[in-house]
Amino acid sequence: MIPELGQLALAISLSLAFIQAIIPIAGAAYERADWMALARPTAIGQFVFVALSFCVLANAFLSNDFSVLYVAYNSNSALPAVYKFAAIWGGHEGSLLLWIMILAFWTLLVAILSRSLPEQLVARVLGVLGIVSCGLLLFTLLTSNPFERLLPAAFDGNDLNPLLQDPAMALHPPVLYLGYVGFAVPFAFAVAALLTRRLDKDWARWTRPWALASWMFLTVGITLGSWWAFYELGWGGWWFWDPVENASFMPWLAGTALIHSLAVTERRGLFKSWTILLAILAFSLSLLGTFLVRSGILVSVHSFASDPARGLFILLLLGVISGGSLVLYALRAGRMETEGGFKLVSREAFLLLNNILLVVAIMAVLFGTLYPLFLDAMGLGKISVGPPYFNTVFLIPGLPLGLFVGAGMHATWKSMRGETLIRKLAVAAGFAVVIGAVIPWVAFGSASSLTMVGVMVGLWVVVSALFDPVRRLVSSSSSSMPFSLAQWGMTLAHLGVGVFILGATITSSYTIETDRSARPGDRWELFGYEFVFRNVRNFDGVNYRATEGEFEIRRNGSLVTVMTPQKRTYLVQQNPMTEAAIDSGWTRHLFIALGDPLGDGAWSLRIQYKPLIRFVWLGPLIMAFGGLLAASDPRYRSRQVTSRVKSRPVRVVGETV
Amino acid sequence: MRSIILLVFWLVSCCAWAIDPEPPLDDPIIDAEYQQLIREVRCLVCQNQPISDSSAPLAADLRREIRRMYEEGSRRAEIEEFLIARYGDFVLYRPQLKPMTWALWGAPLVLLFIGGAVFARILRARMRQSITEV
Amino acid sequence: MWRYLLPVVIFSVLGLFFLRGLNLNPGYVPSPLIGKPAPEYELPKLKDMTSTVGSADYVGEVVLLNVWATWCPGCRQEHPYLVELSENSGVPIYGLNWKDDGDKARAWLETLGDPYVATAVDATGEVAIDWGVYAAPETFLIGRDGKVLYKHIAPLTPAVWENEFLPRIAAGCAAQPCAPLTNVR
Repeated sequence: MIPELGQLALAISLSLAFIQAIIPIAGAAYERADWMALARPTAIGQFVFVALSFCVLANAFLSNDFSVLYVAYNSNSALPAVYKFAAIWGGHEGSLLLWIMILAFWTLLVAILSRSLPEQLVARVLGVLGIVSCGLLLFTLLTSNPFERLLPAAFDGNDLNPLLQDPAMALHPPVLYLGYVGFAVPFAFAVAALLTRRLDKDWARWTRPWALASWMFLTVGITLGSWWAFYELGWGGWWFWDPVENASFMPWLAGTALIHSLAVTERRGLFKSWTILLAILAFSLSLLGTFLVRSGILVSVHSFASDPARGLFILLLLGVISGGSLVLYALRAGRMETEGGFKLVSREAFLLLNNILLVVAIMAVLFGTLYPLFLDAMGLGKISVGPPYFNTVFLIPGLPLGLFVGAGMHATWKSMRGETLIRKLAVAAGFAVVIGAVIPWVAFGSASSLTMVGVMVGLWVVVSALFDPVRRLVSSSSSSMPFSLAQWGMTLAHLGVGVFILGATITSSYTIETDRSARPGDRWELFGYEFVFRNVRNFDGVNYRATEGEFEIRRNGSLVTVMTPQKRTYLVQQNPMTEAAIDSGWTRHLFIALGDPLGDGAWSLRIQYKPLIRFVWLGPLIMAFGGLLAASDPRYRSRQVTSRVKSRPVRVVGETV
Repeated sequence: MRSIILLVFWLVSCCAWAIDPEPPLDDPIIDAEYQQLIREVRCLVCQNQPISDSSAPLAADLRREIRRMYEEGSRRAEIEEFLIARYGDFVLYRPQLKPMTWALWGAPLVLLFIGGAVFARILRARMRQSITEV
Repeated sequence: MWRYLLPVVIFSVLGLFFLRGLNLNPGYVPSPLIGKPAPEYELPKLKDMTSTVGSADYVGEVVLLNVWATWCPGCRQEHPYLVELSENSGVPIYGLNWKDDGDKARAWLETLGDPYVATAVDATGEVAIDWGVYAAPETFLIGRDGKVLYKHIAPLTPAVWENEFLPRIAAGCAAQPCAPLTNVR
């Protein structure tokens, strides 16, 4: 399969995307059914050719075709096959192709699963997705062609960065892209609504599962990245507030606000301009992330080889796609809002607060991330804004959010009496405050006020999320309606938030980290665990040479585990890599990383005790599962259009979410 | 400009990760402050790591200098000034509070305040509207 | 309603910053020493470790301080031009040998030529830290008053010499004439 076929396939996709972008939207404006009917076939065709292109690149990797420059840069004949495949997205050009393919994939899903939607809307949605595809395909073909040749061909390749030769790292980009490229779909729906000048509850019901699904993937993608960083990088941390990490976190925050805002639009037809703005914001932040990674304007560990020319192109794309949609928003959103009241204590009020706090969080993170650029561009000097800033500042919207999440879950629509809410939750709140204050002291012997507050808020959210399910289980009264999938989704998602807050608080407050030198035979104590350094040995791996240390961990005399951290030198790139040894557990992780040989048999070691760190990743996974459940709720698969005026029974128990 | 690009090439050719195997400082409070500080100083060679993790020789030199200053009785504020005088504010991950960073440190609180005001405004408007379904 | 305009306005402002940012290098660390008195030091001389060379040796002169090492490829690259400058520009060049092997450094100067009035040996890197060195080669321009006039990171080229160093030397020499400069290419 010659690589140029891949390039040709991309060119064909571009032509199809071009048609997909222009004709259906024009058809919707002029009510030409035949033009609108082009939307689905061109979308499907675009996917076919993009997928073909991707397969050609995959084949180039798997068949060791080092006449392709990108393959020569990112692969090697000794690389295990699974990583040859993952190497497709190991660099700028290939990961861009992955981006495009995932966009085409979501476009395909929309084309296939939207039979029950009005043709005009579908035409516009697919049209907008086509515009985005056009932009990215042009970018790839003009500046970042993965099929560029290297002639004469290299004898062998440069090898994939050893950091990426890892299952979680191989999975992280595709899942992450499924997430934040997926936000293009709610974005397309929002722009389509602006074009149609109409947005109703049905629109919200159609859009929400797409937003939920993308959000779910993004949650998992970010979690994978964090988990990988912990066990692979040898530094023992799980979040560094690196500009590119922030670039994935901000769309997540926007996506979270979006799915909640959609709830209000779906239920009551309110918050229309909020929802549209959030949908535009979420995808714009995704594009911003793409820009930041590939333009090199910020110092980041994630930067691909940066090129200002490419950066300019993406900035232009950002300008057209985000700028264009925001102009449309400015012109039309004002006339779309509807009347609808609600009281101070009501689900709508809590969700409004939720929207606002999340937007505050986004702006705070964005401001901190870009501040060095602001100062530098104005000639005011160079500063760094790192974890100490973000860790402190995120609490400002973060803590109130935690508090309100607990209460908001139990508020009813339109209005409720404050005392009902307070009475329902008073015990839970009391429990959280008391137990939350006590547990850190009992478990660790001391606690700062911030730690106690964090544990209290985490417990509060957990108890609040489990309140209704547990009460239902205990009372077993048959009069209440069964929980819908959506309600289970909400419960689990918020439970996940609480679990995460607990994990993050405890691990940040009580992590013990020591760096020391030791030689085989040494023993020492850390938080009740006895570490014994047994020996060091050398061996050869698949495509690396390794030195391995063996450590026995004991507690109260009995053996807990044996840990074997390694130091690897990959044969091609010759970079030394640390493979830390981690003993995982529900209550704590133990972490040992081998540093450098210090001569005379001694080694430098990093040893860490990380309490409850599993919750940091478990929480988001539970959140994602909740999102999956919510997206699977049968009402999203129903074909009814319910926008006519209908009398609806007032539901007191088992509120839709 | 071209030379800057070359420079970037050298900076980017890093960066393994290293551990500082020195024994802890005598005073545990000082040692805790030292450990905290070296995690908040950016390595200028491997710019995506703090000097506590970087394997660059400059990182080791900086750790040594900071350690020496703690042993001689300096505290964090002095050491930060020492570093900034030589490398600029870029070297600290925690931006100092000075006129140049008032906007940075103040923004989150200001944003929260504005958010609260927006919430009050919207809520008041909605509370005046009729609740019944349209 | 102005509030619907706010997002696009914020976006446009950000866009302008991004545009500007594309022409900047985020990893370049400007020197806070510019305009301040140059650090003082006294270190062993490379070619005669029993005697010393230091900032005291060039008080009142306009000089260059070039930070170099044998492990630094850029230093190798700029070395011929430095030799040329030392012969033709009239500006004395002092060297700072940063964390290097003394024998290798001496051999290097033997083979490639020695543009330096004297080279100071900074084995521990302490003096380099005082100068804010982070990426060899670095070249400092020190004025008559002992203040750092300019710092250049990366190999010194004719273009840089002409555009950055010469104008500043000229300005510094305006008050009192320096040794005659020739236009070096």
